[in-house]
Amino acid sequence: MAAADVTTDGPLESATHPQTTRSAVIVGGNRIPFARTGGAYVKSSNQDMLTAALDGLIARFGLQDERIGEVAAGAVLKHSRDFNLTREAVLGSALSPETPAYDLQQACATGLETVIGLSNKIKLGQIDSGIAGGVDSASDAPIAVSEGLRDILLDLNRAKTTVQKLKIIGRIRPKDLAPDAPNTGEPRTGLSMGEHQALTTAQWKISREAQDELAYNSHRNLASAYQRGFFDDLITPYRGLNQDSNLRADTTLEKLSTLKPVFGKNLGSEATMTAGNSTPLTDGASTVLLATEEWADAHGLPKLATVLDGEAAAVDFVHGKDGLLMAPVFAVPRLLARHGLTFEDIDFFEIHEAFAGTVLSTLAAWEDEEFGRTRLGLGGALGKVDRAKLNINGSSLAAGHPFAATGGRIVASLAKMLHEKGMVDGRPARGLISVCAAGGQGVVAILEAA
Amino acid sequence: MTDKYTQLVSQGLGKDVAKKLGLPQPVVLRRHHPGAPLVTGPVLVSGDSAGADDLATTMLGWGLDVRRNALPKEKLGAIILVLDAVQHPADLGKPVLTAGASLRDLSPNARVITISRTSQSARTPATAAARQGIDGLLRSLAKELRAGATANGILLDEHEDEHLATTSPSALGALRFFLSGRSAYVDGQFLTIGSASGSLPHDADKPLAGKVAVVTGAARGIGAAIARTLHRDGARIVAVDIPAAGDHLAAVANEVRGTALQLDISRDDAGHRIIEHAVERHGRLDIVVHNAGITRDRLLANMDEGRWQSVIAVNIAAQLRINEALLASEHFKDSPRIVSVASTSGIAGNRGQTNYGASKGGVIGMVRSTAALMEPFGGTINAVAPGFIETEMTAKMPFAIREAARRLNSLKQGGRPEDVAEAIAFLSSDSAGGISGEVLRVCGQQLVGA
Repeated sequence: MAAADVTTDGPLESATHPQTTRSAVIVGGNRIPFARTGGAYVKSSNQDMLTAALDGLIARFGLQDERIGEVAAGAVLKHSRDFNLTREAVLGSALSPETPAYDLQQACATGLETVIGLSNKIKLGQIDSGIAGGVDSASDAPIAVSEGLRDILLDLNRAKTTVQKLKIIGRIRPKDLAPDAPNTGEPRTGLSMGEHQALTTAQWKISREAQDELAYNSHRNLASAYQRGFFDDLITPYRGLNQDSNLRADTTLEKLSTLKPVFGKNLGSEATMTAGNSTPLTDGASTVLLATEEWADAHGLPKLATVLDGEAAAVDFVHGKDGLLMAPVFAVPRLLARHGLTFEDIDFFEIHEAFAGTVLSTLAAWEDEEFGRTRLGLGGALGKVDRAKLNINGSSLAAGHPFAATGGRIVASLAKMLHEKGMVDGRPARGLISVCAAGGQGVVAILEAA
Repeated sequence: MTDKYTQLVSQGLGKDVAKKLGLPQPVVLRRHHPGAPLVTGPVLVSGDSAGADDLATTMLGWGLDVRRNALPKEKLGAIILVLDAVQHPADLGKPVLTAGASLRDLSPNARVITISRTSQSARTPATAAARQGIDGLLRSLAKELRAGATANGILLDEHEDEHLATTSPSALGALRFFLSGRSAYVDGQFLTIGSASGSLPHDADKPLAGKVAVVTGAARGIGAAIARTLHRDGARIVAVDIPAAGDHLAAVANEVRGTALQLDISRDDAGHRIIEHAVERHGRLDIVVHNAGITRDRLLANMDEGRWQSVIAVNIAAQLRINEALLASEHFKDSPRIVSVASTSGIAGNRGQTNYGASKGGVIGMVRSTAALMEPFGGTINAVAPGFIETEMTAKMPFAIREAARRLNSLKQGGRPEDVAEAIAFLSSDSAGGISGEVLRVCGQQLVGA
């Protein structure tokens, strides 16, 4: 951040190296194709989709009747009936009904956090196997009744006599009947995520052309990954959909450049964020199978990668100190430092494309000398990400972004890429994942080829 | 699954009306289920050769109610006509007429089975005439039987110094198959026993225990039925289908407690991928069922290159390429089995199916030629040629054509996917170790064409 705020956050807090004897390996993953909201999954609930993703994983790895150590998943947009979403999905799946499960919710970082959480349990020796995952449906989103009507209905429930009940019912006014539709606005600022990102995009002076180019590459890379069968063992079709419905294999920079801006139109600077370089609302689910090496071997299952470590961060976006989606900017240097690594040691960068502007602002912050010095507590810029290593099989701009399902998508794909890459200069290939999230949060992780 | 007409004419008023009007009277066929008896009543073993005596003794050992002479008015479950020693057509009269006198005593769904020797191995014209005469006799008799009864033949091959006994393992295996409900829709067919290889199972209900079987095209229809039947018989299943069919495939894999492999079998590395998956996940590979196939029907005058080439590529070229990989693999050397699904279209031809007919005729040629390559390590390869089978595909045929196709066979009804699967399960078993290079039709003795 080149602006006036120059307070440093002090030297990087680098915890000691985790001392573990067990590693958590990624066996593989499964997701259903992601569908644009209102599309193929319009009649599917979170539980339907998570169960389908689980059943595909079970079929791929022969886990029928298996008692998995624990299943962790979550959704960002959640009905109150989904209080035990993951456990219900497990009960509806082919897994042993004796498999425990818990729900987790950390906005868009939900999926990645389930991977980190279960990996930690595996490393600690609490469980030998785990399934991490996430699901979201913006099509089947909960709609709440108004606060006024909710008050009245709760009172009605407590009323004992008919007279009391009739009095309470008499309080209902037409305005109470308007439902509260869900939105992606931040509770503390009232701004939508797009408007927040528009502030950051403008602050880092990210051009329209750079954003469109990133979106174009995302579609091109995802299409080519499909073309060569990369997703054959990562995706199971669902409801007639074989691949992500948001993918536009034939899109061009020209087409993207003609789209009208949708965010940041009143900032005084040029509005650059369009529907093409922002992710659409999406429905989908993903799962990742994690285990100890011994468990994978005993089940004759592959070991694609290990979960080295993860780190969460949060920023003060409410007072405008940092952009809403910039927390990974701080999480990554802390995680790298803990392992004595630099960008040179990373072979694949998976930076979740909430908006093209998010990725480009993040990269710009890492390349900024002053920001590195004043905000990251480094001697200078953190470093430059080699674009040839960035999101090489496409990311959320092309695949879509069903909030909690994105982490599982990235982890499974990256694990497969690392496995295919194998060793680099005598060390296992390494990949960095960065996922930003609402509430000014971010979760990042490092995987290594197994 | 029994078609409505069969239900209607199987009982009550419908049965009487159909009989008076001379309408076809299909019955509900006796089909196998675990624990079902081999045969529904006493078995008459007709014929006075030493082979007949040996066979009767063996069957007594199975706990069957064996008769060497028919008792007046006693209902019979099967007649076994042992003609292994005939040397002249004049020798046929006595045993055949004796058996004929008992035909009226056959129970519904009874069996008539001839056991004789191949005419090609006969040393004199008279012996060849007698043996080939049995072919015409059996096929005619099959058309005379009523009420779900079938007639099939076992042919014992002769080599220079090998004189196969009526009690050789695969002769007994074929006998048990023909007697049982597993052969419900096999009628008017011969199986040639080529060698004394093979062995009867320890557990008649789990003849494939310990085997690992790959089934291609397993997502639906006949392929799904094959997966279920092989699983019922004790095999572990690798269910293979194209990635686009992955959701149905996952459901089948989970149902049969196997693994799903999303794979386009026309890929160059398909054979390698199949072997790798089976061996890594299940430790071995014993059975490969080539069931995947497509139709792209057009009259030849209207046929385009795409339709022709895609059918050849999937239905036969893929099988050839996968077999090459199997034959070269060290993991496919322990008495392995290959069973291909051919089609009566590849034998008798079908209007609009020159491409399909070529591919399925090709399967038959491949099977005959590959048998010799499998022999050195105790392997076998055979084909099953289904006739009219009630599937989602045939359900879409126009009513009149479907109804005609359904009735134009000796059993006056369509077969079920399970009927094809039963034949494949038998040919995959140890008890069929002496049968190779054969084509078994599961067509209810189709009346038109071959």
